[in-house]
Amino acid sequence: MTLVFEIAKTHLLSKPKQTIVAMLGVTFGIGMFVAMVSLMTGLNDMTENLAMTSSPDIHIYHDNTLERKSIAEEINPGGVNVVYHSKPKNETPKVRNALRMAEIIRKHPEVRGVSAQLTSQVFYNYGPIQLNGQVSGVDILEEDRLFNIQGKMKQGRMEDLIVNQDGIIMGTGLARKLKAKTGDRVVITTPQGFTMTLKIVGLFQMGIGAIDNVKSYANISTVQNILQRDKSYLTDINIKLYDFNLAKDIAPEFQKTFGYKAEDWETANATMLLGVIIRNILTYSVSITLLIVAGFGIYNILNMTIMNKMKDIAILKAMGFSGGDVKNIFMIQSLTIGLLGSVLGLAIGFLLSYLIAQAPFDGGDVLSIDHLPVNFKLKYYVVGILFGVATTAVAGYLPSRKAAKLDPIEIIRGQ
Amino acid sequence: MENVLRTHKITKYFYDPEKFQVLKGIDLTVNRGEFLSLVGKSGCGKSTLMYILSTMDTDYEGELEISGQRLTGKSLNELAAFRNAHIGFVFQFHYLLPEFTALQNIMIPALKLARYSRAEVEARAYAKLEMLGIQDFARKPTNKLSGGQQQRVAIARALINDPDIIMGDEPTGNLDSYNTHMVFDIFAELTHRYKQTIIAVTHDDEFARKSDRIIEMSDGTIISN
Repeated sequence: MTLVFEIAKTHLLSKPKQTIVAMLGVTFGIGMFVAMVSLMTGLNDMTENLAMTSSPDIHIYHDNTLERKSIAEEINPGGVNVVYHSKPKNETPKVRNALRMAEIIRKHPEVRGVSAQLTSQVFYNYGPIQLNGQVSGVDILEEDRLFNIQGKMKQGRMEDLIVNQDGIIMGTGLARKLKAKTGDRVVITTPQGFTMTLKIVGLFQMGIGAIDNVKSYANISTVQNILQRDKSYLTDINIKLYDFNLAKDIAPEFQKTFGYKAEDWETANATMLLGVIIRNILTYSVSITLLIVAGFGIYNILNMTIMNKMKDIAILKAMGFSGGDVKNIFMIQSLTIGLLGSVLGLAIGFLLSYLIAQAPFDGGDVLSIDHLPVNFKLKYYVVGILFGVATTAVAGYLPSRKAAKLDPIEIIRGQ
Repeated sequence: MENVLRTHKITKYFYDPEKFQVLKGIDLTVNRGEFLSLVGKSGCGKSTLMYILSTMDTDYEGELEISGQRLTGKSLNELAAFRNAHIGFVFQFHYLLPEFTALQNIMIPALKLARYSRAEVEARAYAKLEMLGIQDFARKPTNKLSGGQQQRVAIARALINDPDIIMGDEPTGNLDSYNTHMVFDIFAELTHRYKQTIIAVTHDDEFARKSDRIIEMSDGTIISN
């Protein structure tokens, strides 16, 4: 076997240019793969992280857009009941016994935190500016346990909300649009026409425009006051689990127990997760294309080498090298090209990822990031080298097998 | 006398472009230490016969036995291993590997056989080069050698594993008369001094005449022995 290695080595070294060109093909493919996969998974992780930090694992609410049975159905079950143009029932989004439900849910072994709250669409008025948005009445300490509000405060202190009954903590994007600062008073108008003036006691930033630009937090009782509702009026229960991957399994359980819509984060963030899937498809299709091109390069070069080395192959076989030995000679060459090319590719990939990670990137209103997120995970480097070696093994196998099957007499006699 | 090679009724057909019988029941016995020339007109089947004798061509009917081993019906890998240990080749063209030095070329079949250590193989290869008077070129790449020198390196390579038979296909076919004589002298010395069996296909009547035994073929049969 060492002899076979030696011959393979001599072949590679005797045509250094050809060897390097073949190697660079793999290097380029793997380098791009590593760089792309690092950036794409970095983006994926970041979006997933943002989604996880700002949206609950399970969200329980009263979904009054659900199809409901008409009254005709109730009186005449099983009959042919047709109701034309039925109007939606005048229902409040109230979740009954929300606090009691929250207590029951809190006892579930997988649940890390529960926050019962009420949310309403509102208009924010500050001077001449009027903006559409949303206000959540929360127990801020509970909410903090779920979403780490403390860590996301940009101005003011979270605890100020507890002592200020008419206080409000506003998203930074919303405050910027209103041109309001901490300490300013904004007027809030509900869809029902009630208004109230609240004082901004702090600003928070989740990092997603969809939240920072519309949302603010106030005390539960304050929001109940604005809406002119009673003390039991709550509209949402947000739940965080220890393992967010279980949300999909646990949500239906809650929905069945409580009779309210329980939505898991994957369903709520379906569009975002679609983005993740599309990025993955892109990454792998581009990388695989690059590798296939590199593979064809190797296939070509090896084919040419074998064409040039027909005489050598014939004499080796005459002298007693088996087909397997000849195949090994060329497989070793192709795998060496693949291995060295891949290792070099990993280095290039790392360098590219490093450069990408340095490049400044303004996420604008949508995402609060200043650099592109890049993953430096060993996993992708291992996948990269496996990909590289596998491609070259396939690309090398076909010509090598041809060399192995070569009939020496044809070549020796053909001279 | 001990025989080293024996065939029994070797028959072979070519199928392309149409079925044609090249060899018609060849019975041949070669004794150890014989220098045998295989002659005949082009197309008489002498080269075909030699490639069957060399075990490289397995598509024939009949039986082949070398050094007491029946080789008919063995697998290609078994035959490759057998050639490595028992048969040396000298072709019309030298077929040296151009990337390797003369010494390395000679060593390759021995390293493949792995009967001796690398150091011993190198010493033996060097001894063969000395025997053929080309030790000065040992470290040279083979494409820097002249035709005669290359053919001598090829002979040294054929000898390295002490084969039972050296098979030559027109071993002097591509050489000038000076080198032809030299190759012939080497073959003659090998047979007479070292009892080396040589079977050579040749067009060169003078070369054939000087060998120990001439087998003349015509239309797939041996006509004089």
